[in-house]
Amino acid sequence: MFTKSSRKPLGLVAVAASLTLVATACAESDRGSGDGEQPFVFGAAGDITSLDPFLTNDGETYRYSRQVFETLLDHESGGSEIVGGLAETWDQSEDGTVWTFNLRDNVTFHDGDEFNAEVVCANFDRWNNLTGAYQSSNLSYYWQSIFGGFAEPDEDYSTGESRYVSCDAEDELTAVIEISEYSSIFPGGFSLAAFGIMSPTTLETMEGQEVTGEEGNLSLPDFAQSAGSLAGTGPFTVEEWNQDQAEVTLNRYDDYWGDPAGFETMILRSIPDETARRQALEAGDIQGYDLVAPADVAPLEDAGFQVPTRDVFNVLYMAYQQESHEALAEMEVREALSHAVDRQRIVDTILPEGGEVATQFHPDTLDGWSEDVRTFDYDPDKAREMLADAGYEDGFDVEFCYPTEVTRPYMPAPKDIFDVITEDLQEVGVTVEATPYEWSVYSGQVDSGNCPMYLLGWTGDYNDAYNFIGTWFSTHNDAWGMDEEELFDKMTEVSTNPDEEERVAGYQELNEMVMDALPGLPISSSPPSIAFSPDVEPPNVSPLTQENFGEASWK
Amino acid sequence: MLRFIVRRLLQLIPTLGGLSILLFVWLQRLPGGPEYALLPDDATPEQRAMLRRSLGLDEPLMVQYLAFLRRIAQGDLGTSLQTSRPVLDEFFLRFPATFELGVTAILIAVIIGLPLGYLAARRRGTILDFAAVGGSLLGICTPVFFLAFILKVVFAEGMGWFPSAFRLSPGLTRTDITGFVVLDGVMTREWDVVWDALAHLALPGLALASIPLAVITRMTRASVLEVMEEDYVRTANAKGLHRTTVRTRHVLRNALLPVVTAVGLLTGSLFAGAVLTESVFAFPGIGSFVYIATQERDYPVLTGFILLIATMYVFINLLVDISYSLLDPRVRAQ
Repeated sequence: MFTKSSRKPLGLVAVAASLTLVATACAESDRGSGDGEQPFVFGAAGDITSLDPFLTNDGETYRYSRQVFETLLDHESGGSEIVGGLAETWDQSEDGTVWTFNLRDNVTFHDGDEFNAEVVCANFDRWNNLTGAYQSSNLSYYWQSIFGGFAEPDEDYSTGESRYVSCDAEDELTAVIEISEYSSIFPGGFSLAAFGIMSPTTLETMEGQEVTGEEGNLSLPDFAQSAGSLAGTGPFTVEEWNQDQAEVTLNRYDDYWGDPAGFETMILRSIPDETARRQALEAGDIQGYDLVAPADVAPLEDAGFQVPTRDVFNVLYMAYQQESHEALAEMEVREALSHAVDRQRIVDTILPEGGEVATQFHPDTLDGWSEDVRTFDYDPDKAREMLADAGYEDGFDVEFCYPTEVTRPYMPAPKDIFDVITEDLQEVGVTVEATPYEWSVYSGQVDSGNCPMYLLGWTGDYNDAYNFIGTWFSTHNDAWGMDEEELFDKMTEVSTNPDEEERVAGYQELNEMVMDALPGLPISSSPPSIAFSPDVEPPNVSPLTQENFGEASWK
Repeated sequence: MLRFIVRRLLQLIPTLGGLSILLFVWLQRLPGGPEYALLPDDATPEQRAMLRRSLGLDEPLMVQYLAFLRRIAQGDLGTSLQTSRPVLDEFFLRFPATFELGVTAILIAVIIGLPLGYLAARRRGTILDFAAVGGSLLGICTPVFFLAFILKVVFAEGMGWFPSAFRLSPGLTRTDITGFVVLDGVMTREWDVVWDALAHLALPGLALASIPLAVITRMTRASVLEVMEEDYVRTANAKGLHRTTVRTRHVLRNALLPVVTAVGLLTGSLFAGAVLTESVFAFPGIGSFVYIATQERDYPVLTGFILLIATMYVFINLLVDISYSLLDPRVRAQ
């Protein structure tokens, strides 16, 4: 038995431990009980990768940068139509190579500099003249995708010639940008978050600051790593990027040209785990988060949280790689498989409310969507018949890839979707060999043509059908293994036609051609949800996931 | 003693050399690559190939390995592909968080486990003993992430006593001196920061402590039972020594030897547990960063962090060995 003296240390330890727990719990009880001045905390899926949005292609970084930096063009609040941003109006020449932007007046940067046409041109000229490691596709992905390359391509990094020719400040509020050839990625390309306009003082600070290090060992310049150098025109200024807490703090910009932001302070905090984000909202540690799992929508709403759903701007498809499996090379087999899958069941049982069956490879919210495409109703009997006609009365075996440990707005539960499709295919005699891959591996397997059948999709960057169908069907690639020269030529012809009306008609025709060629089966368009606590007045939710948090406020 | 320490430090060279080779082979075998994690889904194969080339990943493995060794020799562990910051900076940016979490877990495990194991041994066969043995078995069997989840549901979401995520409440301002939040808070007398940090450490610390606590309880119990049967304890009792003296000087001191070894080994394994615990609690430490680095195929971070953790593990065990000599005069004599 313990003597009195030997009990003492244990007792002291117990008391100390209890006091610590009580004290910490008490400290915690004070947390988050602030008034309207408390910061709005948003749970992001990851930390930002750079303060300068030009140097990244990361969605979480763009969520931050869209609050701080503005682009020439934007998308309507809560919609996908392209509208004026820093340019109130814009115009294009007949051949689509000269773009005239009429800029907003009385816009100031966070550092007090004035916004005008010269600043716009200085930004575009700087981007086009970047050299060395700035040309790494990891650091300037969107410039290279939209403008093709740089003025002086570095063979170690750059993939092509620049189609940016010049930018002239015709007068204080008129900037004219010339490109060498028209592409349908314009004007949408001018709305990309990567091209946020920065102040003259910021550009001066950036001068001479290079990406340092050798290949594979590159370090971003200071202005992209420490807050204080970069000034935009958006409703929020950058107060701090606390890298050890994976936290970005934004403050309201009182001299904003539009309506001032509702929150005095907004904090973006990284919570990579989906369940942890939901629990943090429920526990009151954050007041909003994105990429809500469909299964969490109803319970969150029942608990009083707001879970607005965005309009659909994505598509999920099931691909038939025609070079990796002889059966898939036959049109009749692809048609049979397309009749075998009950897409409505996927929409009804797996997708969030508002999901819809897709008939073509982009959502119906985009111009160019056609009512006259070939459609494939769910008809397992017909599928069996068609397989028998094609000589596969006993079915066949096929490898089917799907990604694990990932959710995408267009694919909220890949394994569940895969299971439904597998069941349907087996119903018509096709034996599916499941091949799961971790997400970082998955794209590589698909791109290399190693997956005869697979699930994939896309969420649009901007409002143009090319952003969907042009990405997949412009040329032969191993992901599809499809040779349709007529289709590829038509895609080039349509996407370089500057006449919008003709281009839209061309896209409709292209959608019909794609569904005739049947490289895969469009499955669904899915509306992603975003969650907020009851005391928040949420911003208009954007189908492009480009919310302007300046619109949000405390209730 | 000095020769012993130098010898142990020299053993680091083959250990880290072998580990670096294993790491490189493992990374080479790992399917996928950073060019898929770093570029958007719509990137063309040409863009991916160009990025792979610019990252130096198209070089033969041996060339990559030698370049890596050359950099290590210059004290350069490379740059993170996700953040473009030096790996060493990333490690020390996150080390204080994981260190504080690890110390919390070990303190919880030792403060509860040692007395509990001792009491269970002293009261063998009682309800307390059964509870301690059964509880520790449950602690070992319960996956850390599951326990973390339950703790969050009950104490963060349910009762609201503790925060469910992060290392500090968002927006809390503090003076950063060392990177160690609790230490900085004490040094600057920012008590609100100290309490806030402790509140954030409580649940992840408890979750991470579950396995060490169980192991320490069981080892202490077994060790005390064994030592109490030793002749020298019987002799000490027969000599009429005070019970407290017998228990502290003869029983506890000798029983602690294997427990100290276990604490050393468990400290190393805490890094593995931290990967899950930190992810569940969005705790911005080494573990959660390694978890993301694995998903993103951030090779420099994976190799650099694992080598640094291995080095620390060797040092921790060196400290454990040195502590033997303080507990056991026979080791000192050798």
